[in-house]
Amino acid sequence: MTSSPANRRSGRRHPMMGVLLLVIGLFATGGVYAATSAGIAHADTPPASTVALIDEGERLFMANCASCHGLNGEGAQSGPTVIGVGALSVDFQVGTGRMPMAASGPQAAKKPAQFTQPQIDALGAWVASLAPGPGLPDPAYYAADGDVANGAELFRINCAMCHNVAGAGGALTEGKYAPHLRDLEPIHVYGAMVTGPQSMPVFNDMNLSPEEKNDVISYLNYMDENPSVGGFSLGSLGPVSEGLFIWIIGLGGLIAVAIWLTARSN
Amino acid sequence: MTNTIGNNTAAEPGRGMRFTSAAANYVDERTSASTAVKALGRKIFPDHWSFMLGEVALYSFIVILISGTFLTFFYDPSMTEVVYNGSYLPLKGIEMSVAYHTALDLSFDIRGGLLMRQVHHWSALLFIAAIGLHMLRVFFTGAFRKPREINWMVGFLLFILAMAEGFTGYSLPDDLLSGNGLRIIDGMIKSFPVIGVWMSYLFFGNEFPGTDIIPRLYVLHIMLLPAILIATLAIHMVLLVVNKHTQFAGPGRTNDNVVGSPVMPVFAAKAGGFFFLVFGVIMLIASLFTINPIWNYGPYDPSPVSAGTQPDWYIGFADGALRLIPPGLEFVLFGFTWPINILLPTVILGVFIVLVALYPFFEAWVTGDKREHHIADRPRNAPTRTAIGAAGVVFYAVMWAAASSDLLATHFALSIEGVITTLQVLWVAAPIAAYIITKRTCLALQRKDREIALHGYESGRIVRLPGGEYVEVHEQLSDYERWKLLDYNEYQPLTVRPNEEGRITVGTRLRARVSRWFFEDRVLPVVPKELEDAAKH
Amino acid sequence: MADKPPSTDLVAGSSQDDNDPGTAVVPSEGLTNPGLPPEHLRVTDLDPKEEKKAERRIAFFFTLSIVGSVGAAVAYVVFPIIPGDMQSVRFNNMFVGLFAAVGLLGVGIGAVHWAKSLMHGHELVEERHPTRGTEESRSAAVETFAQANKESGFTRRSLVRNTLIGAMIATPVPAVVLFRDLAPSYDPVKLLKQTMWAEGVRLAKDPSGIPIKASEVTIGSAFQVIPEGLAELEYHRIEEKAKAAVLLMRLPIDELNVSPERETWSYQGIVAYSKICTHVGCPVALYEQQTHHLLCPCHQSAFDVSNECEVIFGPAARPLPQLPITIDDEGYLVARSDFTEPVGPSFWERRR
Repeated sequence: MTSSPANRRSGRRHPMMGVLLLVIGLFATGGVYAATSAGIAHADTPPASTVALIDEGERLFMANCASCHGLNGEGAQSGPTVIGVGALSVDFQVGTGRMPMAASGPQAAKKPAQFTQPQIDALGAWVASLAPGPGLPDPAYYAADGDVANGAELFRINCAMCHNVAGAGGALTEGKYAPHLRDLEPIHVYGAMVTGPQSMPVFNDMNLSPEEKNDVISYLNYMDENPSVGGFSLGSLGPVSEGLFIWIIGLGGLIAVAIWLTARSN
Repeated sequence: MTNTIGNNTAAEPGRGMRFTSAAANYVDERTSASTAVKALGRKIFPDHWSFMLGEVALYSFIVILISGTFLTFFYDPSMTEVVYNGSYLPLKGIEMSVAYHTALDLSFDIRGGLLMRQVHHWSALLFIAAIGLHMLRVFFTGAFRKPREINWMVGFLLFILAMAEGFTGYSLPDDLLSGNGLRIIDGMIKSFPVIGVWMSYLFFGNEFPGTDIIPRLYVLHIMLLPAILIATLAIHMVLLVVNKHTQFAGPGRTNDNVVGSPVMPVFAAKAGGFFFLVFGVIMLIASLFTINPIWNYGPYDPSPVSAGTQPDWYIGFADGALRLIPPGLEFVLFGFTWPINILLPTVILGVFIVLVALYPFFEAWVTGDKREHHIADRPRNAPTRTAIGAAGVVFYAVMWAAASSDLLATHFALSIEGVITTLQVLWVAAPIAAYIITKRTCLALQRKDREIALHGYESGRIVRLPGGEYVEVHEQLSDYERWKLLDYNEYQPLTVRPNEEGRITVGTRLRARVSRWFFEDRVLPVVPKELEDAAKH
Repeated sequence: MADKPPSTDLVAGSSQDDNDPGTAVVPSEGLTNPGLPPEHLRVTDLDPKEEKKAERRIAFFFTLSIVGSVGAAVAYVVFPIIPGDMQSVRFNNMFVGLFAAVGLLGVGIGAVHWAKSLMHGHELVEERHPTRGTEESRSAAVETFAQANKESGFTRRSLVRNTLIGAMIATPVPAVVLFRDLAPSYDPVKLLKQTMWAEGVRLAKDPSGIPIKASEVTIGSAFQVIPEGLAELEYHRIEEKAKAAVLLMRLPIDELNVSPERETWSYQGIVAYSKICTHVGCPVALYEQQTHHLLCPCHQSAFDVSNECEVIFGPAARPLPQLPITIDDEGYLVARSDFTEPVGPSFWERRR
């Protein structure tokens, strides 16, 4: 999938190559755009890492990322190297809006993505061209059609201690946190598991196989589609929110009732 | 006695009335019921909203009993491992205990099961909250004074029993959250010197977790603890009836009477109605708000754990105390391990609750007042007591807040280290600050009361006197309103006197010291002469 | 002890002492209580039309309650649970509950409104009596005890009395002893000091029990580990897991500070630590890949994997025990031995 950098530097190209590349690039980006607007992040066939895509990616990188990650992605004072992180890391980090980081802090926070999916693909292609790294997975592995029960069990064992059993998020040391997992794109979940962003450990395919990752994604999808049967979930934070609720609404409400009850009638 | 009851009722006797009198007569001839009706039927209960907190507790307890009985018909505490075959998809095929399975069945496969589970758990949270607030009301109004010291201890025992009921109850589903709670309790038990490991072994019936603990907690939860609780509650209510309820100061109210509504019909209607309102509010909450979603946690397993692991709110102060201990507090002496990091918070909590339990006796010693007290104090009129209470509440609150330290961090974008360090400082500083602020506030409020009693309150009307002077007109209080501000006890510090042998004992010296601390700073109550002078003004 | 006349202290315990005001200031010239304020009449007392309106309002609430209660029963049938359909579970809960709530609140509001607006008898007075019994009850009580004492000779017959007290103390003793068999006869301390780990036991994934090769553990990984064979245990599986759960991580070798005694305990940057917190036993499962911190979610004890899991924050007192590991000839990670110290929370006999 990666193309070697040699082509770009040799200069030995047919004059029509530029036009041809442009046409191919247009088809590629147009096709990806069409696939994106259908709600699915990627088409069934992996997008071709064309030179145009990589070029586009390099341009975007220089304009938006190089100040922290270095002109060749080798890392700088304020950003680690991106060499070897793979297209999947880019898809996760930029797709969830974590990158570009708004301000330095304990960790990068999720926010609205600043780039369109084709742009993200381009960035990913360029980063992937630097060195081998985790690539985009087969869509079958994030189709959310796996074994929900197995996914739930794996989630409890591997994920709940940071993200909470219901995916409500949790605290880490020194101001860092594991974010909540509501309404996420399946591929971003997959990407996080594989690439281990920031504090999150890496869950390689020997730890959680691609099918098992799909099971986990299926469980999260189930949680999104099935709100709590008991009613409003109060943030799924457990006894703390339940206790606050009963004191403020329950006891507070009953005190209001008691005041009415003992007040003099007019 | 051949008189039948009901012949001298005010209403015209119709057919219904005749049946009632016949029935009443039948019962009375076999049970002496009329004696009880005579003694209790027109008993007077004073009317104040803060007196109803105990009722909230009582009624939520009844709701607990009703909903709990339903649950016992479906729940099975056995820890035998089975494979889930109910209708909740994310747990299908998972191995779990029968206890967890039946709790899931109640939630997903039995109509009304989830409703009863939620009613039961919500009312348990409300029960203990109401007890806590009721206890604070009794404390801040001095209603624990003679003759109610014993009832204070009885109530205190009820508080402990209620917490134990709650803890044993939420551990019954054998889910991950409550199972980790049991794990923590086991760790705390094991930390006890000499007998810790043995206590843990006997309690769990084997190494942790064993297969006996849930059935044992079940027996405690539905049989032993409710029996003791109901008996204790009965004593509490009998003493309440014998002592009669306290009342706030007011016109026509003295230390030797009770002013209010009779049991029949007003109080019974209000109290009975309040029961339905409490039950209704709990039912409303249980229909709309999830509590303890055990299906999310999965069955207990010693390997997984959820971020945001907290016990139910009433155990929070203990969990928080554990979190506030700094690292490394353990030492080994002659090969025996002393886990001070566990023993210290246990001792702190134990001392704290014992101090709460013994407070009435402490205050009685300080004041030396052996009279019966039936007028409830306004908190401002007992500044030191109120300040001590505020300090106690804040001490409890800091520990309670510490239990949610990780949630505080995520929700307010703080670090857990920062939150815990701040709370460690507050653990000591906040009660002291609360004491000082509260005492000064009480004294200030007393001064304000005094002003108003003597000079009335500012009416906002400015009047220009003939000489050109502008004054604000003060509205005098009516005698009835003024009385509420004037009727309270005043104490002065103990003067040290030698005893019969001419010596001043250490006890007396100590008592005088404490008495000075309590009563030296005080606002003198209004005397009749001041009232006369003010009236002439 | 000679027969003493019944003590009159109880009665003579003068009501003077029991009413001692102590340090209270009892003003010689007290303020006078103005007495009960005049009765306050409500609109329903004054206006018969208002009274009728109130009656209808109350009846409305009681009727609403009937609707609610019947509605709850109907909702039970109309909103059944369809197995597997979470929406149906939610509706059943919500509708039965809401109707039942209306049923209850209706009665409550109606009854209270009735009491407030229509019932009479709001400021009635009842006299209190001192809580202590009357003088005659008290002397009768004293007399009863004195008589019983005389007739039984309780205070006089000291041998009888003392042996009775002894018997009462001794009676519950068998009951206490009966509690020994709440647990089996093994030595619990010994059990706490051993786990399923032993030389050659492979490290396996939780929950599947599939063994792990060293090559599968890449830098930044965190594996949840159990001993091979635990997943298939028929008895005491959870009890063994509660001691044997392990966390397996791989750090860059230069970021791992290994003390001389433990040089053989890790394998090329792969380290294994007990997952059971040394505070009170929760699983310490949060691993921060970049800082190499382990965090326990229960009370926020933090351990530094780079430095043999020493405690860097929180109430834990001891580092997590390390499991010595190596690889077998097929490349699978295996334990070299059991843990060299008991895992989990501290206890009295831990170091003996």
